Amino acid sequence: MAGLKIDGVTRRFGEFEALKQVTLEIGNGEFVAVLGPSGCGKTTLLRAIAGFEKISEGSITVGGAEVSGPGRHVPPEARNVGIVFQNYALWPHMSVAENVGYALKVAKVPRAERGRRVQEALDLVDLGAMGERRPANLSGGQRQRVALARCLVATPSLVLFDEPLANLDVHLRAAMEAEFADFHKRTGTTIVYITHDQAEAVALADRIAVMDHGRLIQFATPQELYARPANAMVAHFIANGIVLPATVLGEEQAGKVLVDVLGEQVVMDCPPGTGPRPAGVCLRPADLRLADSGGIGVAVKRAVYRGGGFRIEGHPVLRPDLEIGFDLPDPARLAAGEVARLAITGGWVLPAGQE
Amino acid sequence: MLILMVAAVVLLLSVLPMARLMWELVAPQSGTAAQSLTKALSAGSTWTATWNSLQTGVAGTVLAMVLGTTTALIVSLTDVRGRGVFVFLYVIPLLIAPQVTALAWLQLFGPASPFLKLIGMAPPLGSRNPLYSPGGIILLLGVQYGPMAFLMVRAALRRLPRELVEAALSGGASRFTVLRTIILPLITPALIGAAALVFVSCVGNFGIPAFLGIPANYLVLPTLIYQKLAGAGPAVLTEVTILSIVISLIAMAGIVAQDFLSRRRDYRITTTSLPPEPFGLGRWRILVEAGLAALILAVLVLPLTGLTLTSMITAIGRKVVLSELTLANYGFILTEHAATPRAFVNSFGLSLAAALVAVMIAVPLGYMIAWQRNRWTRALNLSIELPYALPGVVLAIASLLLFLKPIPVLGIQIYNTIWIILFAYCARFLVLALRPTIVGYQQIDRALEEAAQVAGAGLMTRLRTIIFPLVAPATLAGGCLIFLTALSELTVSALLWSSGSETIGVVIFSFEQGGDSAFASAVSVMTVIATVALMLATNLFARRLPNGVLPWRD
Ligand SMILES: Nc1ncnc2c1ncn2[C@@H]1O[C@H](COP(=O)(O)OP(=O)(O)OP(=O)(O)O)[C@@H](O)[C@H]1O
Ligand SMILES: [Mg+2]
Repeated sequence: MAGLKIDGVTRRFGEFEALKQVTLEIGNGEFVAVLGPSGCGKTTLLRAIAGFEKISEGSITVGGAEVSGPGRHVPPEARNVGIVFQNYALWPHMSVAENVGYALKVAKVPRAERGRRVQEALDLVDLGAMGERRPANLSGGQRQRVALARCLVATPSLVLFDEPLANLDVHLRAAMEAEFADFHKRTGTTIVYITHDQAEAVALADRIAVMDHGRLIQFATPQELYARPANAMVAHFIANGIVLPATVLGEEQAGKVLVDVLGEQVVMDCPPGTGPRPAGVCLRPADLRLADSGGIGVAVKRAVYRGGGFRIEGHPVLRPDLEIGFDLPDPARLAAGEVARLAITGGWVLPAGQE
Repeated sequence: MLILMVAAVVLLLSVLPMARLMWELVAPQSGTAAQSLTKALSAGSTWTATWNSLQTGVAGTVLAMVLGTTTALIVSLTDVRGRGVFVFLYVIPLLIAPQVTALAWLQLFGPASPFLKLIGMAPPLGSRNPLYSPGGIILLLGVQYGPMAFLMVRAALRRLPRELVEAALSGGASRFTVLRTIILPLITPALIGAAALVFVSCVGNFGIPAFLGIPANYLVLPTLIYQKLAGAGPAVLTEVTILSIVISLIAMAGIVAQDFLSRRRDYRITTTSLPPEPFGLGRWRILVEAGLAALILAVLVLPLTGLTLTSMITAIGRKVVLSELTLANYGFILTEHAATPRAFVNSFGLSLAAALVAVMIAVPLGYMIAWQRNRWTRALNLSIELPYALPGVVLAIASLLLFLKPIPVLGIQIYNTIWIILFAYCARFLVLALRPTIVGYQQIDRALEEAAQVAGAGLMTRLRTIIFPLVAPATLAGGCLIFLTALSELTVSALLWSSGSETIGVVIFSFEQGGDSAFASAVSVMTVIATVALMLATNLFARRLPNGVLPWRD
């Protein structure tokens, strides 16, 4: 097990920068999710850590030893990192036990010890009795677990997951999520987990690194990301926060400040040192309340029933160019064309320059 | 390390012979380059042969394209039955050596034809076999390479997404209009590509003009080169080098055209859509099927029947009586004629060795070309394609030039031994194992290798334990193709053989030249049987192969 330090890593494909100055420090035994929209560079980052991509600038250090840096590139086979691939990448011409034992065989571990460790790893993922099967004869979830056992058996210093649940159905996903969390608790391995599903990241990770267009936007705990997003993209991406334009009216005091949102004056949380300026604010469901009068007017464009309540989409009456969406729990009703009044009770002022 | 090894092999097998050929122009064996050049280029025979090559090449290509495209359209787009069988049978002529095809047709049409006699239609004795003519050569080139056009057009038709056809049909277009306005334009690049390849093959063919042209004194470039070398030996090497460069230039025109056209096509767009629904032929179906059957009868069954009958009669020219057919010819060549069994041993050994060498090289080489894309891979690929794309005589002459003198430093003489043939086979046929291997690589998920890499396996270990087992089926299919092609190969061995290192092709050729058609036919029949048996055998494990690596499997 080891910590991972990524320092100013840039990866260029020709002119295009897939990673831009990414800096990230992950502690020993931490479970970190890397989250971001498609094409933001997650896989590239993971492949750079594993050693499949050479980096153009910066350095990567695993457990105190530099593995990628200026003029230095340790090949993947010498890095002792484990990967669980999105499509499992099990070798079809080997049995489950052979798949799992491959790394040990390559490392010339004696046969008896190899057998024992393979069995241990298979037991750990509840596949103790399936060693002789072929990967083709396993279900999706079982294959995923074989892939997990295969990467564990070599006791890697770091385990990388590339969207390991993307190919599974919803029910299996939930089960495997629990399994990953359990696995992390038992082994204490450092894990970097790539996903574009924010719910998955929030459920599993100690900390989440949010990426966009090759840049690291914010690296923080799920709670922090939810309550204090660094910019509008994070606010949207994590739990679909509402971002509205606003004006900060006063000076920050004890982390709070008075803000004008579409004519409503609200006291909100804010970064230290916030002063009067135009700003974006992020609102969460807890910050909104349906009111009879006052608040901001929202013209309802569409109401879609989503089990347990309606999802309302509309736009502020004062600013028809903005979109606003929120959930309305049963039994309340709103129909298209109506005007709802929303009272704002709190929120978060996005840091300067991050509307 | 691996890169160095692979580069060395490619250098040895592909670049070196071609470079040696070019070097001959700069520093010839005898005289100056200018002298040989004027001599070769002022000779009337050179220009006659060039003209003949172009003539038969173009006409043969047209015939092959018409045959191949028509059959491909019928087989791919309509609801005819028995497709698999048809494809298997129709592709056989492509795998039977050209000289065997030539021999079989000669037996079919000649005045001594046992077949025509059997049905009482033989022309009078002493009349000329109509196949000893440019027309005969063109006909057989068309028959030989029609399947090649067929395979390429069929592959293109299979890639055609059904939506395109269905969109046109639902737009109210009749089927014939769809064919004319949608399908044919879409496969035009494939048609042109196929035509270029067929042209190159026709121009480089030796077996057919050797059997049909030499007796009529109608020479094309490959046969002219053969005659000069057979007559005067290495003394004329410089002169035939120039001839082989002329033929390379003609072939190159075809290759360049093909490369240019295929580059404008994007191979990466592979649609996941199904191929179009077959057009129902209705009442016409049975007629079309009869037509296809007649085609098989004409290009395969009849010639092979003629060949078999000839191989079973003892005195050519006599009346053929079924009860007098005998296996005596087989007995003679196998027990009393020393060269034939030796040729079988040689050819089997050569084909097997060439196939093995190619398989062993193709796996790491394909790995580099398919997975380690860099600026060298294109050049690498091209330099391996070249010895196969260029006519066989060119490579044979390059090998002669390369090994006429003992190998420097080592002092080993491989000229006049079987090893020079093996070298030429490896150089020429490597690409046949490489192409399916690359297809195989493209169908393997790269993550399988990466998983082994993170498990700590170095490149050699990965090649051995992960990569080879995964691409092996495709590569071995290529190996089989090499074995089949090399088994009765003639073009290269006709120029490189020596006493003791005869190949099957050479033996058939010598028998026929000595007037022993019956013996030649007997050897041919055995080769055909071996070829078809091997094709059937590979079909058995075809289920485990990626699509499209066995040409004869639909
Ligand atoms: N080998 C390459 N050559 C050129 N561009 C590349 C290469 N690999 C990745 N890219 C580009 O880098 C960007 C980031 O790609 P990456 O695969 O890391 O995205 P991702 O975040 O994993 O996306 P997804 O969620 O869709 O998997 C993309 O725009 C991609 O087109
Ligand atoms: Mg990705």
